[in-house]
Amino acid sequence: MRPFAYLRPTTLDQTIAALSDPTAKPYLLAGGTDLIVRLRRGHLRPTIVIDTKRIRDLHDEIVAVDGGLRVGAGVTMTSIMRDARVRQHFEALVESASVVGSVQIRNRATLVGNICNASPAADTVPALLVYNAVANVVGPAGARSVPLFEFFTGPGRTVLTRGEILESVDLPFPKQPVGAAFGRITRRRGVDLATINLCGLIDRDGAARFAFGAVAPTPLLATDNSGALVANGADVSARASALRALFSRSRPITDVRGSQEYRNAMLEVMTDRTWHVAAGRLRRRLETGSA
Amino acid sequence: MSAEDVTVHMQVNGRSFALEIPAHHTLLDVLRDTVRLTGTKECCSEGECGACTVLVNGQAVCSCLVLAVEMEGREITTIEGLASGGQLDPLQEAFVATGAVQCGFCIPGMIMAARQLLASNPQPSRAEIQEALVGNLCRCGGYSRILDAVARAADLRR
Repeated sequence: MRPFAYLRPTTLDQTIAALSDPTAKPYLLAGGTDLIVRLRRGHLRPTIVIDTKRIRDLHDEIVAVDGGLRVGAGVTMTSIMRDARVRQHFEALVESASVVGSVQIRNRATLVGNICNASPAADTVPALLVYNAVANVVGPAGARSVPLFEFFTGPGRTVLTRGEILESVDLPFPKQPVGAAFGRITRRRGVDLATINLCGLIDRDGAARFAFGAVAPTPLLATDNSGALVANGADVSARASALRALFSRSRPITDVRGSQEYRNAMLEVMTDRTWHVAAGRLRRRLETGSA
Repeated sequence: MSAEDVTVHMQVNGRSFALEIPAHHTLLDVLRDTVRLTGTKECCSEGECGACTVLVNGQAVCSCLVLAVEMEGREITTIEGLASGGQLDPLQEAFVATGAVQCGFCIPGMIMAARQLLASNPQPSRAEIQEALVGNLCRCGGYSRILDAVARAADLRR
């Protein structure tokens, strides 16, 4: 690894100032599970690495806020998986966090880091998109909130501008019972990235939100309010065409993990399968009357 | 921008260290080359194989993906920290008794990952053992006996 300077700021102001220094090429370090690989390969050559883990205003907790949960920048995948409130309200997010890397990776990797890395294949992002996650950003010009579906602008690129930090992510509780499920195709469980991944969410009225990863330059979110995707819907052909419309904007590429043709075929299979799991969960939830 | 050495205080296997180290050195580099504990192995250097697994405050991590300077105030346990008073840890005993060690290169990482599992889940199922070790590769392919060894260690502690 090439040498770089290291800064361990304790306040957001120090961090924003260091990030804004026009003479430096800074990178933020949270869990490091992506950054350090890319530093070693020489893909990134920062002059300074800024460790976010001791910044007092950036917490590593999941806190209750009005109508939802707020996930701090330091929260790891392991913490997401263990949190009882996340498990109750955001089960597809737990499913997606639990397939990121291995135990060792999940103990370090943060949810916010997974977002900022902006990989088209980021496993937690489809779940965050269907749950209407909101990114809370702070920077030299103050704070702003960005719906996550507007956050990504390309592979590795986001709306964050120089000096800005993703401080936390808000997860609003669904306003009515929903069923959600995460799906993923990968070659080897544990260490490989997703060939495709997706998350589907439907509510009682059949309103559906599906999000897809690794099939376009950014994760895609699509919605369907036609009612064709209602959990106990009997019209199979209407459902099939509604599901197909959801991923119509996908344009997968061929790479080492799969061909374009394979990805397109699996989109069809996995979207249907994910709808079935989500619908089953919603039906059980409505039967048992639990929120 | 200068890249000077940084002072880091950490505990390794209960011993306190104050080290002056370059910021770009990983925890793995420092454990092996500065602290001179070579039980922790370097293999893929990108978090895929688990050979470099150590515990940081009880949590299994890949030491190749951690900068040593991040470890300020942290407690690190390596494979050398398990035996005490000349007695092997039950996990180590179980790996020996089961014949789980072939070439041995992956074993320190396997044992440290299993250590976190047994600390939080003393009676894991076979599936839970597999899940805990999903990030540890054995190039000899000796997975069955490694899983047996972890199950045996859990039984020994009962």
